[in-house]
Amino acid sequence: MDVIRNFPFIGIFFCMSSGVVNSVLPGKWAKKVSITAVTLNLVLSAAVLYYVIVTDQSYVYVMGHHPAPWGNEIRFGILEGIFATFFCMIMLLSVLGGIRRLEEDISEKRSNLFYVMVNLVMAAILALVYTNDLFTGYVFVEIMTIGACGLIVVRGESRSLVASVKYMIMSLIGSGLILISLSLIYDLTGHLLMSNIQEAIAQLVESGSYMEPLATAIALLSVGIAIKSALFPFHSWLPDTYTYATSTSSAILSSLISKAYIFLLIKVYYRVIGIQVIFQNKILHLLFAFGIAGMIMGSISAIRQNDLKRMIAYSSVAQIGYIYMGIGMGTTIGMLAAVFHMMSHSASKSMMFISASGLSSVSGRSCRFTRLRGAAHRNKLAGFAFLIGSFAMIGIPTTAGFISKVYFAQAAVQSPSNVKMIITIIALGISTILNAVYFMRAIIVIYSPVQEQGNHAKRKDTLMTAVLICFIVFNFALGLYSDIVVDYMRAGLAMFS
Amino acid sequence: MKKTNEKRSWDSGWKRFLRWLNGESPIEYKSSPEWHLTDEELKEKYQEDMKHAEKVHKEEENLYRRYQQWPDKKGIPLYEKIYKVFAVAVCLIVMVSLLFTVSGLMEFGNPENPVNNEVSRRYIEEGLQETGAVNIVTGMILDYRAFDTFGESHVLFIAATCVFMILRVGIGKDKNIEDEKAREQENDRLYEPKNDKILQKVAFIVVPIIFIFGIYVILFGHLGPGGGFSGGAIIGAGLILYLEAYGFKKTQRFFTLKTFRIVSLTGLLTYAAAKSYSFYTGANHIESIIPLGTPGHILSSGLILVLNICVGAVVACTMYGFYVLFRKGDF
Amino acid sequence: MAAHLLQNYYETVAVILFSIGFTTLLLHRNMIKKIIGLNIMDTAVYLFLASKGYIEGRMAPIVTGGIQDMEAYINPIPAGLVLTGIVVSVSVTAVMLALTIRLYRRYGSLDIDEITMKARKEEN
Repeated sequence: MDVIRNFPFIGIFFCMSSGVVNSVLPGKWAKKVSITAVTLNLVLSAAVLYYVIVTDQSYVYVMGHHPAPWGNEIRFGILEGIFATFFCMIMLLSVLGGIRRLEEDISEKRSNLFYVMVNLVMAAILALVYTNDLFTGYVFVEIMTIGACGLIVVRGESRSLVASVKYMIMSLIGSGLILISLSLIYDLTGHLLMSNIQEAIAQLVESGSYMEPLATAIALLSVGIAIKSALFPFHSWLPDTYTYATSTSSAILSSLISKAYIFLLIKVYYRVIGIQVIFQNKILHLLFAFGIAGMIMGSISAIRQNDLKRMIAYSSVAQIGYIYMGIGMGTTIGMLAAVFHMMSHSASKSMMFISASGLSSVSGRSCRFTRLRGAAHRNKLAGFAFLIGSFAMIGIPTTAGFISKVYFAQAAVQSPSNVKMIITIIALGISTILNAVYFMRAIIVIYSPVQEQGNHAKRKDTLMTAVLICFIVFNFALGLYSDIVVDYMRAGLAMFS
Repeated sequence: MKKTNEKRSWDSGWKRFLRWLNGESPIEYKSSPEWHLTDEELKEKYQEDMKHAEKVHKEEENLYRRYQQWPDKKGIPLYEKIYKVFAVAVCLIVMVSLLFTVSGLMEFGNPENPVNNEVSRRYIEEGLQETGAVNIVTGMILDYRAFDTFGESHVLFIAATCVFMILRVGIGKDKNIEDEKAREQENDRLYEPKNDKILQKVAFIVVPIIFIFGIYVILFGHLGPGGGFSGGAIIGAGLILYLEAYGFKKTQRFFTLKTFRIVSLTGLLTYAAAKSYSFYTGANHIESIIPLGTPGHILSSGLILVLNICVGAVVACTMYGFYVLFRKGDF
Repeated sequence: MAAHLLQNYYETVAVILFSIGFTTLLLHRNMIKKIIGLNIMDTAVYLFLASKGYIEGRMAPIVTGGIQDMEAYINPIPAGLVLTGIVVSVSVTAVMLALTIRLYRRYGSLDIDEITMKARKEEN
C-alpha cells in the first residue's frame, strides 16, 4: 500500500495536535507553528490530489483495525483532493495576508489562542471533506461552529461579541436540526456509514415504506445546513459577523467555513441519500426558491450600505444564493455549476476581504465610503486586487465568475422544468445588473482622484503584497484554465457517490 | 418630634434590653445619612428624589423615541413583524412535521428494527475478544469508533479555549470597562470563603470520597458502567466543592493555570499519539503490538485504560476551569 | 395515528420537547431562556436517540456471566452516540453562558433586542 494513502490522516492529526500545542506557546511561536501546519497540509493534499488523478479511482482508508461499518473510515477521490488542496491554499493565503492587521487588532497575550482556533478549524474542514461517516461529520461540524465563534470573538470588541452571540444562536439551531435528522436517518436505516445508508435508502424507496420520515429527515438536514451556511431567510447573522471580525477571520469565515458546510450537503446528497432519490425530492424546489430570493435580496441590501465590509458581506449572501440555486436545479450540470462557483467565490471573496483591509489601513482604519475616497491611489495593489475581485463577482469575461455564470445558464437551459429555466435566466440577468451597480459604485469611490494626499503612514507590508499578487495570479489562472478544472470536477462528481 | 439621642449613649444594659423588648431599637442609626432629619424634611427630600427620577425617565423616553425615528429603523417595524410571523410559522411547521414523522415510525423496542443489524451483532458477540473490554459501549467508543471520541475531546478543548478567551481578565488590549467591573466583583467580599463551618466539615469528609469514587469510575470504565467522561465529571465536581469550601488560596496551592494547561496538553497529545499508532497500524495492515490481556482485569483491553485516564483528566480540568472562569475570570 | 403516537411514547415526548426547546431558542428574548431552550432541545434529541436502542426484556450491554449472545443485550450503538452528544452539548452551553456574562457586564442587560439597540446606538 502506498505511503501517500496515509497523508490525509497525517494531515488531520498534525493539524489538531499542533492546535493543542499552540495553546501553551507564546504568540510568535504559535504563529510559526500554525503557518507550518497549514503549509504541510497544503503539500500533503496536493500530493494526494496528484496521486488520485494519476490512478483515477477513489480510496478508502480505515481508521483503526476494524473495517467499516464497525469502525470509522475516510474516503478520498478527485473532488475531495481538489477541495482539500484549494481550502488549504486559501487558508494559508488568508492567514498570511492578515497577519499585520492581526497584530494591530488583537493583543499579544491573546494571539496564540487565535492560532489555536485557526488550526482546529483547518483540521475540522479537512475532516469534513474526507469523512465517510455521518456522525463523525456532526462532531466536526460542532468543532467548526465553536471555532468560528472563537475566530469572531477574539477581537474583544463589544460589537464582535454581539455579532458572535447572534451567530451562535442561529448556528446552534442548525446543529439541533442536523442532529435530529441524523437520528431519524439512523432509525430508518440502522447504519451510520454513508455508503451503507445509501443502499438501505434505495431499498426503502423501492419498497415505498416509511417515505414520510425519510422526506422529513432529508428536509430537516437540508434546512439545518442551509441555516449554518446563511441561505436567504436565515442570513441575519452574516453581515454583522463579517463586518466586525478581523480581516483574516472574515476571509476564513466567508470562503472556507460556509463552503465546507455546502460541501457536506453535496456529499450527503450524493453519498447518503443517493443522487437519483434526491433529484425527485421536493426539497430541491425549496432550496431553489430560497437561492433565487437570496440572490436578489442580498444584492438589493448591498446597494444600501455605506460600509465597504458590510457591502461585501451582503454580496456573500447573494453569491451563496447562486450556489443553492445551482444545487436546487436538480440536474448533474447544476451541481457542477454550483461546485465550480464554490471555488470561484472562495477565491475572489477572500481576496476582496484582504484587499479591503489593505485599503482601510491607508484610510485611517475605517471602512466607510466617505473615508475611502481615493484609497486605491494610496495602495495601488489593494485597489487592483479589489478591482479584479469585483470583476469576478459581476462576471466580466476572462474571470472565473463569468465561467460559473455560463455554467449556470447552461444548467438552466438543460433543466427539465421550463419554469425553473425562465426564473433562473431572469434572476441571473437581474442580479448581474444589481451586482454591477454596487460594485461599480465601490470602485468609483476608491479610484476617485483626491487632491490632497495627506501623510498616511504607510508601513511596508510585504506579506500582504505577496499574498495579493498570489491571489490575483490564482484568479486569473482559474478564469483562463477553467476547462481543466471543470473536467476534473466532472470526473470527481462522477466517482463521488 | 425631638429624639432623645443624647441620653441613650450611657444607658445601662438592662434598660437597653427593656427598650429592645418593647420594640424601640437601642442602636443609633448614625450610619444612615438621614438620621438627623425631621419628618417634613424627609418628605421634601423624597419629593425631590421622585422629581429627579421622573426627569431621568423622561430623558430615556425621548432617546428611545428619537431612536425609533432613525432613518434606517423606519423600515424595520414591518421587517420585524414579518420576521416574527415567519419565525412562529417555522416553529409550527417543525413541530407538526415531526409529529407526523413519529406517527409513521417503526414500533418501539422491536427486535426486528433495522437498527439491530449486523453492526450491533459484531459489537456484542465479538467485542470482548477484539477489544478486551467487558463494557461493550466503552469498547465501541474507544476502539471501534475512536475517531469520533478524538473529535469530541477536541470539542471540549476548543470550548475551554473559547471561554478562556472571552472571560479571562487581563488579556485585552487596553483597560476596558469589563475588566474593571470584573475586578470589582472579585474584590467583593462575597467571593471569599465565609469559612462556613458546616461546608468545611462536610467537604473535609466528602471530597476525598468523591475523588476516590471518580478515580474508580475512570479506572473501571472498561469493566463496568462508567468511563473517562463520567469519572472526569465526578472529579471536576469534587474540585469545585473543595474550592467552594476552602477558597482560592488553598486551591491555588495545587491547581493553577499551569496545571490546567499541562494536564490538557498531556492528555490530548497522549490520546493523539496512541490513536495515531492504532490507526496507522490498522490501515496499513500491520499487527499491533499492544497486548489485550485477560478480560476482567484492570490492566487489560490494550490502550483503552490509557485513553480513559487521558479523557478523564481533560474533562475534570475543563469542568473546574469553566467554573473558575465564570466566577473569577482568573485561575 | 394517535394510537401509534401513544405506543411510541418515548419518541413522541422527545419530539414535543424538541419543538418546545427549538421555539424557546428562536423566539424568547432573554439570553438565559434561550440557553435553557438550547439545552431542552439537545436533551430531547438524546432521549430520541437513546430510545432507539431499547429492546424489550434485555440487559444493558455489559458482558455479564460470559453470555455473548446478541439476543441477551440491547443495542449499544445509540448509547455511544449519546455519550458523544452530551459532551458537545455541555461545551456549547459553556460558550453561550460565557458570552452572556460578558455581554451583561458590558451592556447591563440580558435582553438580546435591548443589547442590539444599545450596540447600534453606540455605533452611530
